[in-house]
Amino acid sequence: MKHTISELEDIASQVRRDILRMVHAVQSGHPGASLGCADFFTALYFEVMNHNPEFDMDGKNEDLFFLSNGHISPVWYSVLARAGYFEVSELSTFRKLDSRLQGHPTTHEHLPGIRIASGSLGQGLSVAIGAALAKKINGDHSLVYALLGDGELQEGQNWEAFMFAPHNKVDNVIATIDYNGQQIDGPTEKVLSLENLQAKFEAFGWHVINSDGNDMDGIVKALHYAKSLTGKGKPILNLMSTQMGYGVDFMVGTHKWHGSAPNDAQLESALGQIKETAGDY
Amino acid sequence: MKKYTYTDKKDTRSGFGAGLHEAGKRNENVVALCADLVGSLKMDAFIKDFPERFFQIGIAEANMMGIAAGLTIGGKIPFTGTFANFSTGRVYDQIRQSIAYSGKNVKICASHAGLTLGEDGATHQILEDIGLMKMLPGMVVINPCDYNQTKAATLAIMDYEGPVYLRFGRPVIPVFTPEDQKFEIGKAWMVNEGKDVTIVATGHMVWRAIQAGEELEKLGIDAEIINIHTIKPLDEEAILKSVQKTGCIVTCEEHNKFGGLGESVSRFLTTTYLAPQEFVAVDDSFGESATPDQLMTKYKLDPSDIVAAAQKVIARKG
Repeated sequence: MKHTISELEDIASQVRRDILRMVHAVQSGHPGASLGCADFFTALYFEVMNHNPEFDMDGKNEDLFFLSNGHISPVWYSVLARAGYFEVSELSTFRKLDSRLQGHPTTHEHLPGIRIASGSLGQGLSVAIGAALAKKINGDHSLVYALLGDGELQEGQNWEAFMFAPHNKVDNVIATIDYNGQQIDGPTEKVLSLENLQAKFEAFGWHVINSDGNDMDGIVKALHYAKSLTGKGKPILNLMSTQMGYGVDFMVGTHKWHGSAPNDAQLESALGQIKETAGDY
Repeated sequence: MKKYTYTDKKDTRSGFGAGLHEAGKRNENVVALCADLVGSLKMDAFIKDFPERFFQIGIAEANMMGIAAGLTIGGKIPFTGTFANFSTGRVYDQIRQSIAYSGKNVKICASHAGLTLGEDGATHQILEDIGLMKMLPGMVVINPCDYNQTKAATLAIMDYEGPVYLRFGRPVIPVFTPEDQKFEIGKAWMVNEGKDVTIVATGHMVWRAIQAGEELEKLGIDAEIINIHTIKPLDEEAILKSVQKTGCIVTCEEHNKFGGLGESVSRFLTTTYLAPQEFVAVDDSFGESATPDQLMTKYKLDPSDIVAAAQKVIARKG
């Protein structure tokens, strides 16, 4: 372990504060699933992945991460900054004119840590598979991670990618689904039911594991377990249950904070529930 | 009129296949992807010699564009292959976000463009692809005119860093450009120098423009013919120089008149040098089933249509 679970929880706590303050400052952005995935991102960048904050686009011999549901950019930006990819103070430019921290992640402004634009949903897994194939050709044994929202599984391109990876034994990919059951218009079960995801992924030929994305010890163990399953002929799928808005009592478990910013009073209330551990930006 | 002859007729897609095979030999980073159209795209030679660098994607073009974008991360140079319709319209947003906006070094190689796909009909005959691709910031758009030029273009885009759309076709047509030509992206090729009218043509229309030039010569009209193989970036200097001499221009393309080469030329000339222009292009229509030659005649893309457009535009010079 590079960090204790308690240390990782402290980092995630600071990340949650960053998310809320970034979204509040510009009164726009997507706090709900950003908060829900703060533990996952922290585990990935501070514990699980072998990665280099001295950013290089090709990322040879290091693990790569791709975010398909690009709207949860606040959590990614915070974690990248806290992991040393760029100055933490730059988080204050989120969604502002001439910023590298665009509303949705992009390579266009050359922000270290970002290797593909995302935001238009359903495209990230294909890109991750492509990067994983390049690693195989290059004899590079590091891994490729991807995060997908559960709502975006309604996009057909994902299922093209889910079909491709097992057929081609792309066993150096670990795809995680942020399984929070919410999307903009309401619960996924009301908007367009996902039905039995585990059975679907298994039928497609993925090795499926389950995890609790809001339990730091659990998610760290799940990701290490996922790593141990790579290189065995099957791609790995981590079906990760989270709660949208996790960590803030009035935001948790509802789609209402998918893409809404807290006002001044709500921010104060939210920050009162989340410990400042590494200093606000 | 400079005399153009040919001893062989081939399809431009075979020029792509030969170019891809050669690219594979020259650069080990070249990889190829195909969405279940290996035979149509003439990728067999590449696959035979470099099986570990070929990816059969299946009928899943969106996934193909995303995988291609991902392969560039790690230094690969991906060439995607499918029909033009499925290379552009079907996957516009994947190209826009994962390739163009992301600045990825993907070569989108598209066969069966335009009406000359023939009997399969309008579902497969895209006439809007040049427009779709040229509107994307940073996208290079190339439409070579014969087998040799398509092969040379395929090798040239390997050495160019950035996204490229390479458009070619199905029919067998004369091979009239040199085998050993150097292909310069964005540099027009002077087919014939003349003084009365400028004819710029792209793709399959270049040979037809040459045939039209021979007819015009019989009518006492000295046509300057330019092959615009790169629609974006457009060789504005070559067009301006020619139109300053001839005072009028005809644009020829196997594409909708909206969004194609003709509109790129108009946009440039209206801001630099006003001159009458006529369009030889499809008149805002879908295609239909028939032989390629029947369709080129029905949709007014024959040499005789170029001749008529040249006469009309010369008359407008006043």
